[in-house]
Amino acid sequence: MAAPGELLDVEARVPATPMLEARGMCKRYGDVKAADGVDLRLNRGEIHALVGENGAGKSTLSKILYGFVHPDSGEILVSGKPVVLHSPQDARALGIGMVFQNFTLIPPLSVLENIALFLTDLPPVVRHEAVEKRIHEFAERFGLGVDARAQVRQLSVGDQQKVEILKLLLAHARVLIFDEPTKVLAPHEVAALFRVFEALKGEGYSILFITHKIREVLACADRISVMRHGKMVGSFVAGEADMEKLVATMFGEHAAVRSIEQPSPAPSSPTSRPVLELRGASCRASGNETALNGLDIRITEGEIVGVAGVSGSGQKELGDLILGLRPLAGGSKWLCGEDASAWSIARVRESGVAFIPEDPLTMAAFPGMSVRENLALGTGKRYWHGVTIAWQALEAAMADSFRALAFPMPPLDMPMGALSGGNLQRVVVAREMAHGPKLVLALYPTRGLDVLSAASLRELLLRARGQGNAVLLITDDLDELAELSDRLLVLFAGAIVGEFKRGAWQAEEVGLLMTGSRGAANV
Amino acid sequence: MTTPLLLGLLAGAILSGTSLLYATLGETLVERSGIVNLGLEGVLLVGASVGFAITAISGNAWFGLMAAAAAGALMNSLFGWLVVTRKANQLASGLAMMFFGFGASALIGAPYVGAIITGLPKWRPVWLADLDWVKSTTLFNYDLLTWLAVPVAILVWWILFATRWGLGVRAVGEMPAAAFAAGRNTARLQYQALLYGGALGGLAGAHLSLSLTLTWAEYMTAGRGFIAIALVIFSKWNPLRAIAGALLFGGAEAMELQLQARGSPISPFVLGMLPYLLTLVVLLAWGGSRRLAAPASLGRTFYGAN
Amino acid sequence: MSETATIISLRGSRAMHALIRFIGISAVALSVFGLILLAAGKSPLSAYADTFRNTLASAYGISELLVRMTPLLLAAVAVALPARLGLINVGGEGQLYMGAFFASWGAFLFPNAPAWLLLPFVTLMGFLGGAMWAVIPGILRARRLVNETVATLLLNYVSPLIVSYFVFGPWRTTENSAYPETGVYPDAALLPSFFGTRVHAGLLISLAALAVYWLDIEKTRWGLQMRAIGGNSGAAQRLGIPVPFWIVTAMAIGGGFAGLAGMGEAMGIAGRLRESLSPGYGYTGFLIAWLAGGRPLGILFMAFLFAIITSAGDTLQISQGLPYAAVNILLAAILFVVLARRPSAGTHP
Repeated sequence: MAAPGELLDVEARVPATPMLEARGMCKRYGDVKAADGVDLRLNRGEIHALVGENGAGKSTLSKILYGFVHPDSGEILVSGKPVVLHSPQDARALGIGMVFQNFTLIPPLSVLENIALFLTDLPPVVRHEAVEKRIHEFAERFGLGVDARAQVRQLSVGDQQKVEILKLLLAHARVLIFDEPTKVLAPHEVAALFRVFEALKGEGYSILFITHKIREVLACADRISVMRHGKMVGSFVAGEADMEKLVATMFGEHAAVRSIEQPSPAPSSPTSRPVLELRGASCRASGNETALNGLDIRITEGEIVGVAGVSGSGQKELGDLILGLRPLAGGSKWLCGEDASAWSIARVRESGVAFIPEDPLTMAAFPGMSVRENLALGTGKRYWHGVTIAWQALEAAMADSFRALAFPMPPLDMPMGALSGGNLQRVVVAREMAHGPKLVLALYPTRGLDVLSAASLRELLLRARGQGNAVLLITDDLDELAELSDRLLVLFAGAIVGEFKRGAWQAEEVGLLMTGSRGAANV
Repeated sequence: MTTPLLLGLLAGAILSGTSLLYATLGETLVERSGIVNLGLEGVLLVGASVGFAITAISGNAWFGLMAAAAAGALMNSLFGWLVVTRKANQLASGLAMMFFGFGASALIGAPYVGAIITGLPKWRPVWLADLDWVKSTTLFNYDLLTWLAVPVAILVWWILFATRWGLGVRAVGEMPAAAFAAGRNTARLQYQALLYGGALGGLAGAHLSLSLTLTWAEYMTAGRGFIAIALVIFSKWNPLRAIAGALLFGGAEAMELQLQARGSPISPFVLGMLPYLLTLVVLLAWGGSRRLAAPASLGRTFYGAN
Repeated sequence: MSETATIISLRGSRAMHALIRFIGISAVALSVFGLILLAAGKSPLSAYADTFRNTLASAYGISELLVRMTPLLLAAVAVALPARLGLINVGGEGQLYMGAFFASWGAFLFPNAPAWLLLPFVTLMGFLGGAMWAVIPGILRARRLVNETVATLLLNYVSPLIVSYFVFGPWRTTENSAYPETGVYPDAALLPSFFGTRVHAGLLISLAALAVYWLDIEKTRWGLQMRAIGGNSGAAQRLGIPVPFWIVTAMAIGGGFAGLAGMGEAMGIAGRLRESLSPGYGYTGFLIAWLAGGRPLGILFMAFLFAIITSAGDTLQISQGLPYAAVNILLAAILFVVLARRPSAGTHP
């Protein structure tokens, strides 16, 4: 692994001082060192990727560079001159701009107004035509075409990102920092973004982008810096690095390279009964939602069916449809052989459908209420006892569930919101699994979880299958789908475009289907 | 309907609608910055009582008018301190201001109940005064506030949509986090909106005591503040639409008076319900689009960057 | 595992909390009251003395406090119950008038019915009237058409006008009377009063309402669901709780309580229907509920405090020569102090 200082022969080819440099950055949050003596150099006309696992410290470093966070120690130099950044305003004055994961655009205002809001050099009476002209200039130069008069809320996510970039460019930024820019983009939008990067690089702008998607980094970055546990552990020039080297650097020498693992044997039961059936199911959509068109899905006992899709493919809408949150506009839905098309959510859950959501705190829990109350609320009518709840029976059943899952049970009086993310997820899971659900509906279940909790959740899903339950796993994590799915369905634009058995598919093929780059397969 | 009735209606609508329009404009400005002021009724009352009192003391209605505007601005600044600086709940704070306005206006106006004042002078353009159909009505014989009502509405509209300041105010009302990220001082913008809005509210109240009735009585605004709040929604937070709204609702009030004067059998109470029911129906009909029209962050407290 | 969150157990100290708040706010009230009087050139001490004499110093005084508390308790619960779901009901005033209207209608409909039939019937009508008036905004909110704060606020102005229409019109008494008012209710419809004071059975109704509110929220599975909706309506929906149903139901019950307040004022105090039935009980109820954080014991204390304050207002007018409206400044001042005390003071639990 090359340390930053050892790239002398490369540096010699770049005569100018770096546009932006961090030296010895340190930042500590309580016990955790988010940044531990980090050095970073960003040169003029360079696309520089900052990679690392969740929690490696990439976000912290970038926020320091943008003045959002104050480092405990270390220096920042802009064009060779040391500066102190008290706030993002200071950073912007020095020509540093940042595009966050959550856009700071105001949806009801137009593109033009959003950009005008950001500029500090406008006269008191805004001249709309002049601003529009400036926007067009930059848009032309860098491939950032948007309708300046359109309301931001009417734009696609990719276009909104363009507006964020234009904002910074018009505010005279020369250094652009991006935090996970491709997370919310469809693949063709990712390609467009990289073209923009190239155009900017060509005119001498410097780009620093944070990501954990290694494939992208290899595709477009000039330089790659790797962080792990708050330290800068590697720096590569494009061409030097490949997948294995980067992964090894990111996870350490002994980390297993994460490729598709050996499939675990599925219990063979050819006569399993269908637990969930969707026949020609469709549902409507409004605003940003995706309509579902004539879906045919069949899940039997003792199998895990994965549904792969990118954001906007209709995955969330599919989950809502099965749960009963979204009404069917056509076709039918069957649960354990009964027509469940018009069932209320309560009834669907009663029939044995458990729901493990992506963000349990906001979607399936009540932070202000106690753990005990949260458990009661998730069990529907089961523990209703006259006017009140049969608390003892509930607690006994839940204790059993926690034990069966080998989860520690938190004190029942504790407010739910006081639990850590992993523990909260465990409570929700214990609650959902307490009564032997026939169908486990898991929607991005490991998103945002630390590595250990994610692994334990995957094990749980496998165990559920082993006990004869059905699992529908809706996610965009292909590695997870490879490990768990007995069958894989690919969802794109509200329709199933591919179906594969375990082991019979490759990531690239599915990736292409997920992004609509290839026609339907096996359907 | 006969012409005299129609003209009388129109004249009455304009007279009644003036204070409604100023109140609505003031509240629009404030709500555009994300703050809902349920205490508008209190602001109007304070404006009316202060205006009347100062006029009675000084003998000059202009002093009264200016004092009323200042009093309104002061009321809103107090409200601003509660909701912007102390980050208090806007609904409760608004009701607190309403009570405060009830009490303060009663105290201020008490010594002057029954006082005779010379109100705001009225002008009529000469070339109109000679027309027959104008002569017998109150049309075009207005005080300064009424003459300036529509221009002020256009001014408020222009400020909100064509100036940098207005853009900032609207940004704060939609998404204060974004405005803050863009480097705007959200608290300062809200205070400024409250200040100007309060002044307009004070003027609205003053119009009642210094022009329309030339008296002071406790609670004399009779819910106009709440009608104005309804009007803000009715006009989708757009100052230009507020003109039409104020005219319409002022007309409903005028209709009440006209019909009573002519001994009509329609109960004044039924007519009195019209503004509120009308607003409710309009809100229903617009449903979704109105939700889109409201400043997204209306009523929410902004706790600063996280 | 390093969960360092403390377990908050309020069971024992809830009463203490409420009592401390009450004392603190009363102290503020006293001081501000004194300041206002000084500013108006009156003597605070003589005003305190007068107020005390008229309220706590005699059985009659205390009975009058109870009379004032009756509608306040109901109006506060009318706000507090929907608030548990996150609904903001500022329509207590309108619901109150509607309740009085319906109850009056019931009484005039069956003037010859015996008391054991008429009284419950009239009470039911009062509840229905208020409930109906609140259900409209409830449905509008449940269908996501209109925000309930705005809807209830607007409707506040409509029902008093409906009452006025009937008072000035079809129901107007033929007796020569200084005020516009209706004829008296049949005796059978009147709420019985106690011990020769004006304290009437409405007080029992309001205390019962408070108890029902407390029981429901704390002890029943319905209250649990309501609190869940207030805590996280999205999660509640996903877990199968019928959110629209509860929104409408909570509004209906809350409105019903306010309607009972109106019925109580009409059938227990006035004996007939008048225009000026309520000096803003609905709004005062909102403030009481808000100051009490929605907690039942707090509501009791706050209603008591507000009863004293409004009584003080009368005292101010009579013995000190200040307009009754000045008591509003006192209310406002108390609120200012609570609101300004700390960021987001007084928010609901």
